[in-house]
Amino acid sequence: MGYQLLNKDFNDILNQLKSEYKIYGPKRFENKGRFSDTDVIGYGEIDKLEDIVLDEKTYFSPKEIIYPIRQTLFYFTEDEVKVPDAPEDKVIVFLRPCDINGIKRLDTIFLENGPYKDVYYERLREKVKFFMIECTEGFDSCFCVSMNSNKTHDYAVAIRFNEENVLIDLKDRDLLEYFENYGKAEEFTPEYIKENKAKVSIPYPEKVTNEMFEHEVWQEYTRRCIGCGRCNTSCITCSCFTMQDVYYDANKKVGERRRVWASCQIDVFTNMAGGHGFREKQGQRMRFKTMHKINDFYKRFGFHMCVGCGRCDDVCPEYISFSKCINKLYSIVEEGNNDEK
Amino acid sequence: MSIDVKKVKKNAFRITKQRGKTALRIRVPGGHLEVKYFDIIKEIAEKYGDGTVHITIRQGFEVPGIDFDKMPEINRMIKPIIEGLELDIGVNIDDPEAGYPAAGTRNVSGCIGNKVCPFANYNTTDLTRKIEKEIFPNDYHVKIAVTGCPNDCIKAHMQDFGVIGITEPQYDEGRCISCQACVKNCRKRVTGALKFENYTVVKDEDRCIGCGECVLKCPTGAMTRSKEKYYRLVIMGRTGKKNPRIARTFLNWVDEETVIKVIKNCYDYIDEYIDKSLGKEHVGYIVDRTGYNVFKEAVLKDVKLRTKAKIADYIDFGGYMYERNRFFSEVSR
Ligand code: SF4
Ligand code: SF4
Ligand code: SF4
Ligand code: SF4
Ligand code: SF4
Repeated sequence: MGYQLLNKDFNDILNQLKSEYKIYGPKRFENKGRFSDTDVIGYGEIDKLEDIVLDEKTYFSPKEIIYPIRQTLFYFTEDEVKVPDAPEDKVIVFLRPCDINGIKRLDTIFLENGPYKDVYYERLREKVKFFMIECTEGFDSCFCVSMNSNKTHDYAVAIRFNEENVLIDLKDRDLLEYFENYGKAEEFTPEYIKENKAKVSIPYPEKVTNEMFEHEVWQEYTRRCIGCGRCNTSCITCSCFTMQDVYYDANKKVGERRRVWASCQIDVFTNMAGGHGFREKQGQRMRFKTMHKINDFYKRFGFHMCVGCGRCDDVCPEYISFSKCINKLYSIVEEGNNDEK
Repeated sequence: MSIDVKKVKKNAFRITKQRGKTALRIRVPGGHLEVKYFDIIKEIAEKYGDGTVHITIRQGFEVPGIDFDKMPEINRMIKPIIEGLELDIGVNIDDPEAGYPAAGTRNVSGCIGNKVCPFANYNTTDLTRKIEKEIFPNDYHVKIAVTGCPNDCIKAHMQDFGVIGITEPQYDEGRCISCQACVKNCRKRVTGALKFENYTVVKDEDRCIGCGECVLKCPTGAMTRSKEKYYRLVIMGRTGKKNPRIARTFLNWVDEETVIKVIKNCYDYIDEYIDKSLGKEHVGYIVDRTGYNVFKEAVLKDVKLRTKAKIADYIDFGGYMYERNRFFSEVSR
């Protein structure tokens, strides 16, 4: 179903949808940037089309909507456990194709990786409808085309934002009632970005051997990376978490268990009971992350974990570029080039 | 040679060690200026001076080697500087072709602030300009500097008034991944105001100096700056030949309006308590004479402090005395 809608009509629809859905989109959080008098673009609830920021990439990804940073799994007393109820609201998220593909990666990890589905993830995830923002230009650091994640057909609604109107491709028939009374029918098929400024070549997974594991290329990251974890916290596909048992009382009988995002670049990630950590150097951590994103995950699932959103590049305070790192590996593995570049 | 020395000095020209030669002083509030003004400074130095310029500690320029009789000409030449750096920011100068009308209150200097520096908690240039507008021109000897954060790169602690920008970190527990970057950094580089308890960051309000380092460190935006901008005002730091000392905190967690009003009020205080027999007296020594409480009462006149604000009950200025007896007078018979 295609529609052309005036912006104000689209806003009317959003308004009506709000009775049933929580609507999230990329928006501006004023003065909440790292530096004073700067804003941050992140995901939050929006009221109208004008709240949606389209000309800047979000610093944080939309993953926090379905995979909260801190999530209580259950409350416990001495002899009882209570799982919190799932939130009732259904959810609409405005996001770009790379992020939809990113959430597919999260689906893979949380729903298909082990013998059991992650119920906490599933119960939020099944409430979500994607409103895909057509993306044909991208941003400087994006390399979604190389990662084959520039396209997706998995959306409820795809939207092209024009100056005064929007073009809609409606796939989800549940939403038909909201749209059919507005605007005029007009066929619309979203386009996708064909070429990014940043491109990567990924070394063929089978060719990456143990030699690469020990390669000196990682030393550079030991020197440069400060282990702040921003690349992980901004990444749409990083899904690691840790567990915390929080006691409310001094005698440790009542409390909650929650899970919290973890980051493989941060110190405590590999710490085991007794305090021993097995990837002490930042370079080793970079290697682990890189291999997970463009090698190991592929071996298991047949597609890469990284979707090339480029956020890790945008947020790194040390200007470490993940796409550059991938290309270095390629040149070492595929071209036998061992010179530092 | 007949020169009205007092008039020359008030006009921001110096009496120099070389007889017959003066030096022009140019104010640059906040130390930030468009480079087009360099052309004027260069021309003056080449045509009237010795081809050099000194960059002063207060972020002004001093152009030496000028003949006294060239002052009117030079004053006409610096008109665009006076217009651009003073009139345009709201300073009231009656005749911009006659040079600077006062030199007692020194250039308000400022660190680079949040135009460039990631640590800064506000735009220092804007604040220096607002202060300059309120207090210049003025003959009283007052030194003011503003700095973007407690790193105090401008050395606000060496001023009569030092304005330090701070923020009140806002902690959103729901975004915290317990990485402790904020806690470790505050312990290592600041005051150790943060603790990690029960997987959550806990702040000791009394220890937090509002530097904002924790905000910079946080990878998830769990720590952010407060919407309100706050300032710490340190006072009566000085160098000099009697009792050099570092400025002490007078007000903490106050707003911009308070800072400006307090500095303005200080001029009335000086007016009332300055030792008129001396001709000029640096404000710090006036406070030494009247005591902190008299100063405090005068500068807080009509100032409405918000609840978060803190005022020093007492200040031990300390510093060291070159000669303690210098502070005793003999009883004259
Ligand atoms: S690794 Fe970087 S480019 Fe890839 S999905 Fe994560 S943030 Fe995006
Ligand atoms: S964002 Fe950069 S510095 Fe921080 S952990 Fe990642 S690679 Fe290292
Ligand atoms: S005082 Fe703070 S804001 Fe100003 S330059 Fe130094 S570090 Fe930056
Ligand atoms: S603002 Fe500075 S002193 Fe206060 S908690 Fe943060 S790092 Fe520590
Ligand atoms: S730096 Fe941020 S995420 Fe890490 S412990 Fe502090 S508040 Fe939490």
